Amino acid sequence: MATTDISAATETTATKTISGSQAVLEAFIAEGVDTIFGYPGGAIMPIYDALYDYHDQLKHILVRHEQGGIHAGQGYARSSGKCGVVFATSGPGATNLVTGLADAMIDSTPLVCITGQVYAHLLGTDAFQEIDVINITTPVTKWNYQVTDATELPAVLAKAFYIAKTGRPGPVLIDITKNAQLQQFEYAGYTPCKHIRSYRPKPIVRKEYIEDAAAIINQAEKPFVIFGQGVILGKAEKEFKAFIEKAGIPAAWTIMGLSALPTDHPLNMGMLGMHGNYGPNVLTNDCDVLIAIGMRFDDRVTGRLDKYAKQAKVIHLDIDPSEIDKNVKATVGVWGDCKETLPMLTKLVESKVYPQWVSKFKSYQEEELKEVIHEELNPSTNILTMGEVIRNLNELTGGDAIIVTDVGQHQMVACRYAKFNQSKSNITSGGLGTMGFALPAAIGAKFGAPDRTVVAIIGDGGVQMTIQELGTIMQSEVDVKILILNNEFLGMVRQWQQLFHDKRYSFVDIASPDYIALAKAYKIEGQKVIERSDLRGAIDTMLNHKGSYLLEVMVGKENNVFPMVPQGCSVSEIRLK
Amino acid sequence: MNKQEFTITVYTENHIGLLVRIATMFSRRKINIESLNTSPSEAEGIHRFTIVINEFEEVVRKLARQIEKQVEVLKAYYNTNDEIIWQELALYKVSTDEIAEKAQVERLLREHGARAVVIRKDYTIFETSGHREETDNLVAVLAPFGLIEFVRSARVAIIKASHGFHEKLKEFEEAQPGEEQIENEFLDKQDEIFTM
Repeated sequence: MATTDISAATETTATKTISGSQAVLEAFIAEGVDTIFGYPGGAIMPIYDALYDYHDQLKHILVRHEQGGIHAGQGYARSSGKCGVVFATSGPGATNLVTGLADAMIDSTPLVCITGQVYAHLLGTDAFQEIDVINITTPVTKWNYQVTDATELPAVLAKAFYIAKTGRPGPVLIDITKNAQLQQFEYAGYTPCKHIRSYRPKPIVRKEYIEDAAAIINQAEKPFVIFGQGVILGKAEKEFKAFIEKAGIPAAWTIMGLSALPTDHPLNMGMLGMHGNYGPNVLTNDCDVLIAIGMRFDDRVTGRLDKYAKQAKVIHLDIDPSEIDKNVKATVGVWGDCKETLPMLTKLVESKVYPQWVSKFKSYQEEELKEVIHEELNPSTNILTMGEVIRNLNELTGGDAIIVTDVGQHQMVACRYAKFNQSKSNITSGGLGTMGFALPAAIGAKFGAPDRTVVAIIGDGGVQMTIQELGTIMQSEVDVKILILNNEFLGMVRQWQQLFHDKRYSFVDIASPDYIALAKAYKIEGQKVIERSDLRGAIDTMLNHKGSYLLEVMVGKENNVFPMVPQGCSVSEIRLK
Repeated sequence: MNKQEFTITVYTENHIGLLVRIATMFSRRKINIESLNTSPSEAEGIHRFTIVINEFEEVVRKLARQIEKQVEVLKAYYNTNDEIIWQELALYKVSTDEIAEKAQVERLLREHGARAVVIRKDYTIFETSGHREETDNLVAVLAPFGLIEFVRSARVAIIKASHGFHEKLKEFEEAQPGEEQIENEFLDKQDEIFTM
């Protein structure tokens, strides 16, 4: 070991005797953690016992289910840009985290989850609430580790935070046996981790690839930028905007990239993919250079791969080298952090405008407006649409709210029509498509961004999956606006059954409880809207209400989300109806 | 492009649980691992996996990148058979009487370069090393004479063009030595520890 390391360690503090549990909480404080979402249980009791003495430094939100806890942690991370922290006990507590870990893994959300574990000598004995959490969570964590000896804890936690936050972020799980939580040891202070020899979070950017990319862009006649959450995770919104503005290139987003570029930006062409906008999908197969930034060419974005952008030269910027050439072969792959690569590229690209090319997007937009959007936002019938609810919401928030969505039709409509002025404002379950995500994620989002309005838009299916978290809202008094778009169906599945299964509506008519009465039982005010004339006033009441509020809007039962790229079709075969 | 045999060489930290993390890369895609060997490498503290699969190059390339992405993995290479030198070790247990009685068996063993490891009254154990076909051939040849037991090791392979990396690996380990792995020391101490 280098001598400088030793002197740095001794400088911090003289050693003192503390427990493993205290070491965990000391690490949190050193890492700037302020909020923990968790649920206690037998195997994590020593940590909760220590937390009793730290409650003025660390806020603990008692959730109603561990899945709610981890989704709240995700919401917190996504709205704050920081790392979410979650506690769960061993056995069922740990297995209840799995959905959230998978969601955070595929959506690259930084999380540190701590699970309690039985005593080390009981490992492998089928002890009460013992489960092999390391092996269960291996495929859904960026890193996981089991601690059986408290002396390891400071270094392991430092590694956990470092791995969760750097490079392509992701969830980390640390499983701590009860004896390690109780063990007293000589604590020499906390040293943050800055380097792991086998881990390269980001590379040194190779200039020649930037030059190649710039040369291709400078030759382009119809360049098109598509971007994802990498722009947000890389905190590169400014650099991104500077790039497209100088290069004059129209840009479209994946739902994970939504809000990185303000809705009103003249080069924002809208949404990509299955329910994305008409122009961006059709013109993907018309552009001559496709510049993908911090996105991973998910199948919901690309449609049929063998007919995806075959005519175009593809430039792919990503921090994760395994994404480059994974789904779409790149002409030039630029491996790096877009916070660094984008400014380098901006410097080399010529200042240009493409009025004709941009007007092509506009003409598709007009067609979509006429065929789909106008009726969705300003319906001519008495039946309420999801789109008009979002339109009213936009007008009343001005686009400043954080919108948290669940999964399904309401998610697609909200992402299509919600207005955003600033980044980190769209929080949704993108890759995993986890119903039940929105309610707990909204709780976390509010704790992560306490000064902002948080609106959870949820369908009548998803809200019933994690509705127990109304209890968390009640107890923590967090201010979350819950907007249920109730179509009395599992709408997206019903839409597919209508379009692809001859309207055989197999188990998609879902009954709802009286949400308003339910909210009332949790001391949350609310109202139900059936008539259009009540809609705007009700949204206004919700937004101006002090504290949480539940608004249920009855929308058309059999409305469909369009446009749509049917499965197995190319993006340019997108249907308007 | 057809499926062909690829040898994937992975340099890693010696970390408990890493075997599962790497194995799930294959099982997730429903790819059968033909052979898997873990061993130390020439650099102290750095472990080496040698994995053989039958796949399309495109699939192997993506797999190698995703393996390399794992936190404790230093480097993952994939090679076709003509880019490596490899061996597998095989052990054969044969009745000693059979060999003693039949001169033909002795000749066969010689022809296949088998070496006696243990000779007992009741049985003899031979070993050979070589490619799969070679060890398989000897199994076929010995079968009629009562092969009692046969076992073959995983493939171990050296990459022909690996000089540059090996130099780097050694320098790397010297500059940043690996950490020792802490194992669970309590498993046999059940009686000493009070639990509830």
